Amino acid sequence: MFLYILKKLGVILPTFFGVTLVAFIFIRTLPGDPVLLLAGERGMSEERHAALMAEMGFDKPIIVQYGKYLLQLASGDFGTSIITKKPVLTEFMTLFPATVELSLVAMFVAVFFGLPSGMIAATRRGSVFDHTVMTGALTGYSMPIFWWGLLLIIFFSGILGWTPVSGRISLLYYFEPVTGFMLIDSLLSGQDGAFGSALAHLILPAIVLGTIPLAVIARQTRSAMLEVLSEDYVRTARAKGLGPQRVIGLHALRNAMIPVITVIGLQVGVLFAGAILTETIFSWPGIGKWMVDSIFRRDYSAVQGGLLLIAAIIMLVNLVVDLLYGLINPQIRHTD
Amino acid sequence: MRKTKNLIAAFCGATLLMASMNAGAASKTLVFCSEGSPEGFNPAFYTAGTTFDASSRQLFNKLSEFKRGTTEIQPGLAEKWEVSEDGKEYTFHLRKGVKFHTTKDFTPTREFNADDVLFTFMRQFDKNHPYHAVGGASYEYFNGMDMPALLKEIVKVDDYTVKFILNRPEAPMIANLAMDFASIFSAEYADNMMKAGTPEKVDFEPVGTGPFQLVAYQKDAVIRYKAHPDYWAGKAPIDNLVFAITPDNSVRYQKLKAGECHVMPYPNPADLEAMEKDPDINLLRKEGLNVGYLAYNTKVAPFDNVKVRKALNMAINKQAILDAVFQGAGKAAKNPIPPTIWSYNEAVVDDPYDPEAAKKILAEEGVKDLQMNIWAMPVQRPYNPNARRMAELLQADFAAIGVKVEIVSYEWGEYLKRSKDEQRDGAVLLGWTGDNGDPDNFLAVLLGCSGVGGSNRAQWCYQPFEDLIQKAKVVADPAERTKLYEEAQVVFKEQAPWATIAHSVVFQPVRKEVVDFRIGPFGGNSFYGVDLK
Repeated sequence: MFLYILKKLGVILPTFFGVTLVAFIFIRTLPGDPVLLLAGERGMSEERHAALMAEMGFDKPIIVQYGKYLLQLASGDFGTSIITKKPVLTEFMTLFPATVELSLVAMFVAVFFGLPSGMIAATRRGSVFDHTVMTGALTGYSMPIFWWGLLLIIFFSGILGWTPVSGRISLLYYFEPVTGFMLIDSLLSGQDGAFGSALAHLILPAIVLGTIPLAVIARQTRSAMLEVLSEDYVRTARAKGLGPQRVIGLHALRNAMIPVITVIGLQVGVLFAGAILTETIFSWPGIGKWMVDSIFRRDYSAVQGGLLLIAAIIMLVNLVVDLLYGLINPQIRHTD
Repeated sequence: MRKTKNLIAAFCGATLLMASMNAGAASKTLVFCSEGSPEGFNPAFYTAGTTFDASSRQLFNKLSEFKRGTTEIQPGLAEKWEVSEDGKEYTFHLRKGVKFHTTKDFTPTREFNADDVLFTFMRQFDKNHPYHAVGGASYEYFNGMDMPALLKEIVKVDDYTVKFILNRPEAPMIANLAMDFASIFSAEYADNMMKAGTPEKVDFEPVGTGPFQLVAYQKDAVIRYKAHPDYWAGKAPIDNLVFAITPDNSVRYQKLKAGECHVMPYPNPADLEAMEKDPDINLLRKEGLNVGYLAYNTKVAPFDNVKVRKALNMAINKQAILDAVFQGAGKAAKNPIPPTIWSYNEAVVDDPYDPEAAKKILAEEGVKDLQMNIWAMPVQRPYNPNARRMAELLQADFAAIGVKVEIVSYEWGEYLKRSKDEQRDGAVLLGWTGDNGDPDNFLAVLLGCSGVGGSNRAQWCYQPFEDLIQKAKVVADPAERTKLYEEAQVVFKEQAPWATIAHSVVFQPVRKEVVDFRIGPFGGNSFYGVDLK
């Protein structure tokens, strides 16, 4: 097991290094520089532009800038935002819990509804339920997030008034964040109704963000289950006289789960991408919106640091997924 | 069970919030659904209106200030001022009894005085000031208004008198000092924080003399303020002010409808009609302090010919642009300054829309098969909500008089840089939003000779015009200045370095219970004086 983890880490470290390079070059290949954007229509003299570029260290050859950046990273310093003048790591860590909370709840929604509906659709192949689930999944997968979010807001918040329009908690409640996770912080605050408010604020964004993963998980579960159900060992199990619940629950599901877990792992990246739009619509103070703002402002340090941290998290999640395979199917551990 | 109870409580909470927003008996809280997060809380560091809304307009005062909702100057932290005969010395007599905010880290031991004025300006002016480098700021507005070249020195005459000595006379000086970058900070707080080894707190946890003080800021989510109880001009009618940061304009509208906020900026033009009909909403409007224009390159043929420029201006159907691009939220522009600025010359007559006459002029001038570029900005601006669409309409208008147009565009930073080039090929769509309500801020910056190769995108240096605006810069008498600027606008119209296109109209929907909210002349939002029914 230890060797297995070591092997995986051996892949992750060079990937991480590659990401630093891509992140560094990506933001610099975009036309325009932060100083020009800062000045806007007002503009500034050539001398002042040069002086500011020098002040920010952008006048050095790119290779020197990159070397300096790597050294900085090695000491755990992700740089300082050009715009807000705050350390990138601090900004990231302030906003990150909000994205994680939203993503976890969205993933919960996706798995909670996606897995069983995929399973039932597989066992009742061709039924009305199967067709409904698959049509629903296709619709969910094709739905533009922005439009879907606005539609839900207008219907549930605007017309019915059942859910709050946006934000993480009602403005009535105010307490210092402890963990950054609103559900936990609202419980810790002890204020009556705070937790419920935080939960109510999560409903619509979690549904919107969870829709695509839900559709993918439902479809993947269905096809994986169908494949496994036609395997010889399932037939054997049935022939032995095992009940359908035992056949599906013990034999089929465990094997069908491997591709499903892969898909769930991959959905983490999808969640981060979807978070950008979902956070914008629901005024959710997470890293998605922060990244987009940083790109528009050419905030080099923030974009580099943000990309790197997100990449690190996605790699970590995928490592955990790989380890989970091992738990579900020990054969993978041995052959890998 | 507990969760269900909590959920019910949450829904009651939302209702309660609305009730508290409406009732306002015990404590009045006004919620503003702002469009974005401030970059920080020191207005001298930044240039964005969103940042000024969250900082200077609520937390600070300046020596001189703009009267609420207008570009008129009134005394602020300076009760009065005198200008020397030669226009180079400004003596400010400071207001007594002004108190700074008390925060968890700072309890002021003295009232506002000359030291605070010196600290505020010397921090930006003197590179060796201990606070100059704190926060790594470039003081963009201070530099942009040419203050380093303008200021010779700032002298503390006594505790309540400060003298600004200039290198040259500058009539808009008082208006400059009413701008956001000139917000007065507490020198005592800065000293304390420096001693405590946390000088950056001055910028992140600001202490000012303004009508509101900062309570808490949760990035990208909420900014909370409370009324400054000892505000020198009297406590604000509302007790608490909350900025609920809501970037999407459709969502802002939904929040306004649901009563989750009282005031929202930048409505979606498509929603204006529904807002107008909504009995719970008052749709306020005001002409913006801006101008959108098409700048020809007057250094390149055939645009160096006034008649050609005039002919092109006559080919533009401004009404079609107002309808399609501004969707009614615009007003046709005839002068290079907006009508809300003093000295706007009503008497100037705009070029008529007459494609036939335009065609004839071009033929007379021997211009045949003219091909030109029109630059379309890649970003949305108040003075031009959709430059691409505007360029397409201009393309069609010019095609009607036989001029073939190609539309070009670049990334915003590049666009601004390349459009400055004196040999630039083509006419540029751009615009300007006023900084201080002074005509000089438009005419000298955008059309003065010193702006050629820079902010003067028409590359237009015309001596009779230049003489007028230079003279107006040094004359102290407002009536005399007005006359000079009015004349300058006539010269501008005759020479047509730009096609003046439109001034936008700013719309601001507020809920019915909001009393006396006024749209800021610079598009900003200031909540002192606003009340709730």
